[in-house]
Amino acid sequence: MTTTRTTVITPPGRLPLPSWREMWEAREVFTRFGIRDLKLRYRQTALGVIWVVLQPLLSAGIFSIVFGQIANLSSDGVPYFVFSFTGMLAWTVFNGIVTRAAPSLVNNQALISKVFFPRLLVPLSTVLSVLVDFLVASVLMVALLVIYGITPGWGLATLPLWILATVLLGSGIGMACSALMVKFRDINYIVPFAMQSLLYASPLAYSLSEVSGSIRWLFDINPLTWILEGFRWALLDLAQPPLWQLAGAAGVSVVVFVGGMLIFSKMERGFADVI
Amino acid sequence: MTDVAIRAAGVGKSYKIAASDDAPSTAAEAVMRRLRHPLERQQFEEFRALDDISFEIPRGEAIGILGRNGAGKSTLLKLLTRVAAPTRGQIELTGRVGSLLEVGTGFHPELTGRENVFLNGTLLGMRKSEIKARFDEIVAFSGVEKFLDTPVKRYSSGMYVRLAFAVAAHLDTEILAIDEVLAVGDAEFQAKCIERMRQVAAQGRTVLYVSHQIQTVKSLCTSAIFLEHGKLVMHGEVDEAIELYQTSRDRVSMSATDIERRPGTGEVRITSATVTSPLYKTTEDKTIEFLVSANQDYIGKYFVSCHINDRHGTTILQCDSRVTGLWLDPSVEQKIALTIKNPWLKPGEYTVDLFVCSSGVLDSFEGAGRFEIHPVLPYPQAVSDEGLDAGLVLADFDYERR
Repeated sequence: MTTTRTTVITPPGRLPLPSWREMWEAREVFTRFGIRDLKLRYRQTALGVIWVVLQPLLSAGIFSIVFGQIANLSSDGVPYFVFSFTGMLAWTVFNGIVTRAAPSLVNNQALISKVFFPRLLVPLSTVLSVLVDFLVASVLMVALLVIYGITPGWGLATLPLWILATVLLGSGIGMACSALMVKFRDINYIVPFAMQSLLYASPLAYSLSEVSGSIRWLFDINPLTWILEGFRWALLDLAQPPLWQLAGAAGVSVVVFVGGMLIFSKMERGFADVI
Repeated sequence: MTDVAIRAAGVGKSYKIAASDDAPSTAAEAVMRRLRHPLERQQFEEFRALDDISFEIPRGEAIGILGRNGAGKSTLLKLLTRVAAPTRGQIELTGRVGSLLEVGTGFHPELTGRENVFLNGTLLGMRKSEIKARFDEIVAFSGVEKFLDTPVKRYSSGMYVRLAFAVAAHLDTEILAIDEVLAVGDAEFQAKCIERMRQVAAQGRTVLYVSHQIQTVKSLCTSAIFLEHGKLVMHGEVDEAIELYQTSRDRVSMSATDIERRPGTGEVRITSATVTSPLYKTTEDKTIEFLVSANQDYIGKYFVSCHINDRHGTTILQCDSRVTGLWLDPSVEQKIALTIKNPWLKPGEYTVDLFVCSSGVLDSFEGAGRFEIHPVLPYPQAVSDEGLDAGLVLADFDYERR
């Protein structure tokens, strides 16, 4: 027999914080949702898990043709394909979390209006399936490094931190978008557009050294630039990003994550009323 | 440990309804409005779905929540299950709350029965180990063993509901909230569900049950709450609450419809309508009495008509007074009684629409009354649902061998 405890329900306050205890108790919801997403994605697809590998591979291929061959941009001396694949690796994590988390609440409308569980777990659970995709793609990354004979430097040790920063940044934005989408459905149209713009506005398929002059500052203030540079430093042993970018990436990702969570919990208790 | 399972103190829930009827529903609209009228604040009208509700429910009680549509039953249940947040007041819950609001929410059509049991169980607040331990029991209860590894999108709606109910019925929470779920499945499965609910209450757990089905409330609940217009009218004996609920139905439906806003030219109006009993046996005569106001200036005679609709809104019977040769004089107030002898109506709820017409419609009073047909069937032998489902009404028939 579990111990009975008393729950007190009161009207929402000004700035409600998520209840950690409840989140922890409902942690299985997190994994179940993640597993559900994974299963659904590969059920009834002919190629199954191959898609996970194929997607970044194809994008990286296209980028190396368009930017490397046609536009003839620099890749800092690294084979163009490996260069853009590294970018894709980081980008897929960020993009995957944002685009899957954003519509997650609206997609689970029936649940939100019928059953109680910490809603924060819905957008957050997308992280799980995205990370599984990332793991699969990482295996490919290792293979590419071996094939092209690239040895990562000591920066490799910082890779988990870069991944963490990407996850925090993505889920912060994802949580905010999912909460806002409950009220404003046009977020659904804004997100893909914004992500696509961001894809080209970040030094993903081309090197930052190609960007110069009056628009360089725009790249320098883009946290994704810092993260992408960080990934390349860690995996391809390219130049170490300046220290302020390291600190910036850590700071911004934490701030965005906490901010997204606060927006979410502020709106959370009204979800059932407006969804 | 306290013996109160649920304590509500001054609980209220209001919704804001945009007074201007054009609240922004897209971010673009919201931004545009802000830009155009930077200082204007949106005008809201407050709608109180629940108002100052206070009660205490002891542990182990099976409590029925009764009330007409829109009385706030489901809102109350949503607050108690924490799906929606109250606007005012405080609720204390002792123990976990499991909810069974519309079975099958949380089922994903692409997943198999087995996967859905785990997914749904987790969502309802069960641990993986709990689900594993009770898995066989759940499956046995649902009776869909053979299809466990089939995606539920291929299930019949009956199987779907059985499995969903089975999961929820095996929840181990101290408080269980149920909203109108027993309306599904065949009679045998319904009986099984009610039995299960009774067991749950007998184990010292608290059951909250919202339903329109008076019979199940009666057979299941040990006490009841009656809500009207978001206010708690009564909390006590089941029979008393049912009584209130039934008598309130006719009263409320009259007051709820503003007489002048009804369709029709309004030269004469139906000023009152009563169904003589809220509950009839299938074979009983059903009588509807109503008053039509006088209008000296109206020239000509009028006739009346009555529609009986089932709970799906299908008009089952049309009783037009022209076919019986009844035409009425508008210069005096008319008291009219309509008696329906045949056919036999199926058990369930019916609504009554009344019309006053001459060349055009003078008054159209939809929802003038309601009645319920008792679930006892007029036939000598019992049969499962598929033996009765197909027809709209029941026939008075006999078979014999020649």
